[in-house]
Amino acid sequence: MDWMAWTLPTAAFFGSIALVLVSMTVWELRSPCVERKGFLPISTTRGDRLFIGLLGSAYFHLLVVGVTDWSTWIASVLSLVWLFAVMRWG
Amino acid sequence: MNKIVNNKAWWLVLPVFLLVAFSAILPMMTVVNYSVQDIFDQSTRFFVGTDWYKQVLRDPRLHDSLGRQFIFSACVLLIEIPLGIAIALTMPTKGRWASFCLIVMAIPLLIPWNVVGTIWQIFGRADIGLLGWTLNKLGLSYNYASNTMDAWVTVLVMDVWHWTSLVALLCYSGLRAIPDVYYQAARIDRASSWAVFRYIQLPKMKSVLLIAVMLRFMDSFMIYTEPFVLTGGGPGNATTFLSQTLTKMAVGQFDLGPAAAFSLVYFLIILLVSWVFYTAMTHSDKNR
Repeated sequence: MDWMAWTLPTAAFFGSIALVLVSMTVWELRSPCVERKGFLPISTTRGDRLFIGLLGSAYFHLLVVGVTDWSTWIASVLSLVWLFAVMRWG
Repeated sequence: MNKIVNNKAWWLVLPVFLLVAFSAILPMMTVVNYSVQDIFDQSTRFFVGTDWYKQVLRDPRLHDSLGRQFIFSACVLLIEIPLGIAIALTMPTKGRWASFCLIVMAIPLLIPWNVVGTIWQIFGRADIGLLGWTLNKLGLSYNYASNTMDAWVTVLVMDVWHWTSLVALLCYSGLRAIPDVYYQAARIDRASSWAVFRYIQLPKMKSVLLIAVMLRFMDSFMIYTEPFVLTGGGPGNATTFLSQTLTKMAVGQFDLGPAAAFSLVYFLIILLVSWVFYTAMTHSDKNR
């Protein structure tokens, strides 16, 4: 795996993504989700909301890194809040 | 009817998943790893956090080529989609002419990208090219190598020439799938040809149009070979699109870290726009 030039932060990042995907699969098997409409303008399934949450988080990070001089952690905290809000009320 | 859910079917997806993992997911992960490091060689690399992203996102070259890229893709969609629909509507539906038209329409799609670039490069030349020579003889000053507007128009016309057939063929297949009863009902109602188009043909073509818009957006957003061969990104940087800026960075300057960060930003833009297109087009059906 040396060719992939792993670092601890990226390994942790992909590890958590994999963990989220596995947990979502288990959750789906235990209680299959029903499409619903929350504050997002479209009706979504749980997987849709996760995708929207993650994509939004990526853009939060790009925005903070590209436009401001804030710490990346601020973007990460904002992303977690956004991810939670989308998953819960989206 | 009760739908039988059998999750064991997911095992059948496993080979595809492995293939995609090998060809897309692992390389993508590597790009992410590269984007946070300064790499000199395999054993000498330093973690730099989000520095490359900061550098790339504030790079005026990226802003300029991103702007050009959006304008180019918007022009491509605005020209090719209506033109493709119009061609599909006028194509004969049966007989020898139908086959002939289908073959003629398919020809540009079979030509490799670099050959298309070369064809247009020669075609547009003022000294030996039919197009360039004719335009100049008609008194129109045309030189795609030195005039920005000419270069843009040539790249656009080349893309329209190359890819409108795809939209037309997709729309044609969509049109052929409409049962005749719809047209009969329209005739009974004395619907105008505009009404037939607006309320029968267009809604029925929606799924193929979705594919056409997505394919044309993604392809035009990633365009590299044709403008590279035709104009080399010039005059100046006038036709340097995102992929060419990225290639210069990754292959020309061998700045792997910034190029990796750039690739991921590029990927996220394509992902977002494609998702928005897809969702907008699929959900407008559901909400009706």
